[in-house]
Amino acid sequence: MSKIKKAINYMDLRKVRFWVQILFFVFFIYGGYLAIDLGNEMPIFSCGYNRENGGGCYFLGLQHQLARPWDRLFGMAGIGVLTGFLTFLVWFIVFNKAWCGYACPLGTLQDWITSLRKMLKIPYSSYTLEQYKFLKTIKYVFLFIVIVFPLLLGLGLLNSEWRGAFCDMCPGRLIVPLFTLDFSQWYIDFSSKTTLFLTAFGMSFTALFFVGSFIKKRFFCFFCPMSAMHYIFSDWAVLKLKKDGDKCTKCGDCYNVCDMQIKDIADDVKSKNILRDDCIFCMKCVAACPEDDALHVDILSMKVFSSTKGGFTKRMEFSKDEK
Amino acid sequence: MRNKRVIESPKQRQNRHKAMECAAVLEKLRNDFDIRLESMSYFYDLCEKVYLKREPIYPKSVKVGTMCLQVPSEIIYALDAVPIRLCNGFHTDDEIGSDFATSKACPLVKATIGEFSSGNFSDKPDVVVSPTTCDQKAKSGAIIESLGYEVFDMEFPRTKESEEAREYWRRSVRRFTKDLAKFQNKKLRRGKLKEAIKKVGYAQHLYHQLNELRKGENPPINGNDMFLLTNAFFFDELESWTRAVEKVLDEAKNRDIKTPKHSVRIVYTGSPPVFPNLKIPLIIEQSDGLIVADETCSSNRMFNDMVSVDEWFLYDMVDSVADRYLKGCTCPIFTKNSDRIRRIIELVKSHKAEGVVYQAFAGCQVYEMEQRSVLEAMEKEGIPILYLESDYSPSHLGQLTTRIEAFIESLKNRRRKR
Repeated sequence: MSKIKKAINYMDLRKVRFWVQILFFVFFIYGGYLAIDLGNEMPIFSCGYNRENGGGCYFLGLQHQLARPWDRLFGMAGIGVLTGFLTFLVWFIVFNKAWCGYACPLGTLQDWITSLRKMLKIPYSSYTLEQYKFLKTIKYVFLFIVIVFPLLLGLGLLNSEWRGAFCDMCPGRLIVPLFTLDFSQWYIDFSSKTTLFLTAFGMSFTALFFVGSFIKKRFFCFFCPMSAMHYIFSDWAVLKLKKDGDKCTKCGDCYNVCDMQIKDIADDVKSKNILRDDCIFCMKCVAACPEDDALHVDILSMKVFSSTKGGFTKRMEFSKDEK
Repeated sequence: MRNKRVIESPKQRQNRHKAMECAAVLEKLRNDFDIRLESMSYFYDLCEKVYLKREPIYPKSVKVGTMCLQVPSEIIYALDAVPIRLCNGFHTDDEIGSDFATSKACPLVKATIGEFSSGNFSDKPDVVVSPTTCDQKAKSGAIIESLGYEVFDMEFPRTKESEEAREYWRRSVRRFTKDLAKFQNKKLRRGKLKEAIKKVGYAQHLYHQLNELRKGENPPINGNDMFLLTNAFFFDELESWTRAVEKVLDEAKNRDIKTPKHSVRIVYTGSPPVFPNLKIPLIIEQSDGLIVADETCSSNRMFNDMVSVDEWFLYDMVDSVADRYLKGCTCPIFTKNSDRIRRIIELVKSHKAEGVVYQAFAGCQVYEMEQRSVLEAMEKEGIPILYLESDYSPSHLGQLTTRIEAFIESLKNRRRKR
């Protein structure tokens, strides 16, 4: 048992994550070809416009469900909404935000773009703390659009051009189907001012996605409404990111490697549950922590992956031959 | 028979006095303690070589003198120079340095200035880097410059929590890198820095492994030997230091220790003991205490936090190196000291210590001022602590011994009651 534990704690997270991400990517993008379908309640941006997906993004369905007229929404149709939501919750609770760091195809794509930048030896950029604090609020605005706009639609306050407004704006709709050679989403809809605005926003956001994620690690995730949605329910999740503040020296190693620039991971020594709304649960912080058990990933309060001195020195290639 | 009386020059006198100080301490280290490691003789011999025989370690290399541990040695190594930390523990030099600072100043700072004013080095630094840590260190940089040395000031923030401080320090480190590269007329290369980070990281890794062994019921190495070993890191060649510590580690691991008596386990914190000023640690261990861990900048603080790099390119490596010297640092010069208190408590717990000895050099304001908050925190945790003020002079030895003996005796009583 302790041998397995050590093997996990000493693993080369970078490699493991790389392959897990590829696996999930293939699964969710090309699952259709293999007759896999996990339904359309996945807590990731595996876009439903990709007809071959192995499981689609929950927001597409949610927006359509919530856009029903209110008398129906709060009648029998409400049951459908509820079961959809519960299915989403069950999926989410299993992996918590690790969906972002390991399974989301849009996230994986950003990591590949980062690798490309690394190959070209171009430095990444980062936000100042003020920029960061402002930008991280945007995802809640998008979540508002995902949930409240369809409700207003159902109430008749918005017209049908606003149907699936967030999807129109989302880069996932344009990018994800590309992998099955489907370019049909690349359009600007000139039929009305609203659709023009929404689809043009989507096009520009997509352009920004590529440029942004080239210079900033996980650029899009700062704005992702799914990430905001996750955070609301993350306390119930089975998989948890925990910190033992007494063991932390605040050396900042975890903060230094964090793609999402989460300062609390290093500076907060009081919280036990250290998952923050921007977190993508990539576990890079755990791998970069040089203190024994200061950071650990738990499944139902059982440590499955802990930071260790030995693991750290091995990953950083400080020690020559750690057995 | 002597027929000609030779008058000793000031330099010869200084050397003779320093040699006497050194020999007296080495004599104690070699003979006075039960826990003995054969492999430690490398470090005793090294001190003899440097302080008794005054032989240079680096006859050829470019030497960068550093005034505090915050000067990134990784970058110095990567630019084909060697770092030599100039924090000095000699009473002889302390007395010489007194001419340049008030008599109330910190003995370590005075001793460092004293060595510079005499210009009497076995390895004379080609350039000096002075980070603006405490007031006295910052001002001594200017004094050293006025003595005719080339000094780089390196701006160091007095807070570390804020993002501004982090960025400020990163810029300081980047500028230092440029300054040193210019001085060396070399460009910092990616491969070289990576190699340097790994070498220093390996040295830290060895330290941590050794420290891990001290957590056990029978620590295989005593605190004084440990201080000497980490002290040697100040000036010894990295490769030979690493090899020597590997041997110590090997011996310590494979040793079957049967200690009939259990000495009182002590965590040492405060002003750094720098060879040959092992005054307080020696008294502790001669009074049946055993230093199992420490929180000082000549030992634990120098090794504890390791660099973590995300992308192995210059842009990330230099910044990551900078972070290591700021973020985890528990130096008392910072406005808040909660990290230092947390570190001491954690060390007491992990090394199962029974008490803490807190030494402040007379004249070290920051340690003196922090004393109260640390004492309060220890009281809250129920950890006995002894606060001492001392300097480099051999006086007050009797009084200090009495106090330490009484403290250790009281810890033994405490143990019996349990």
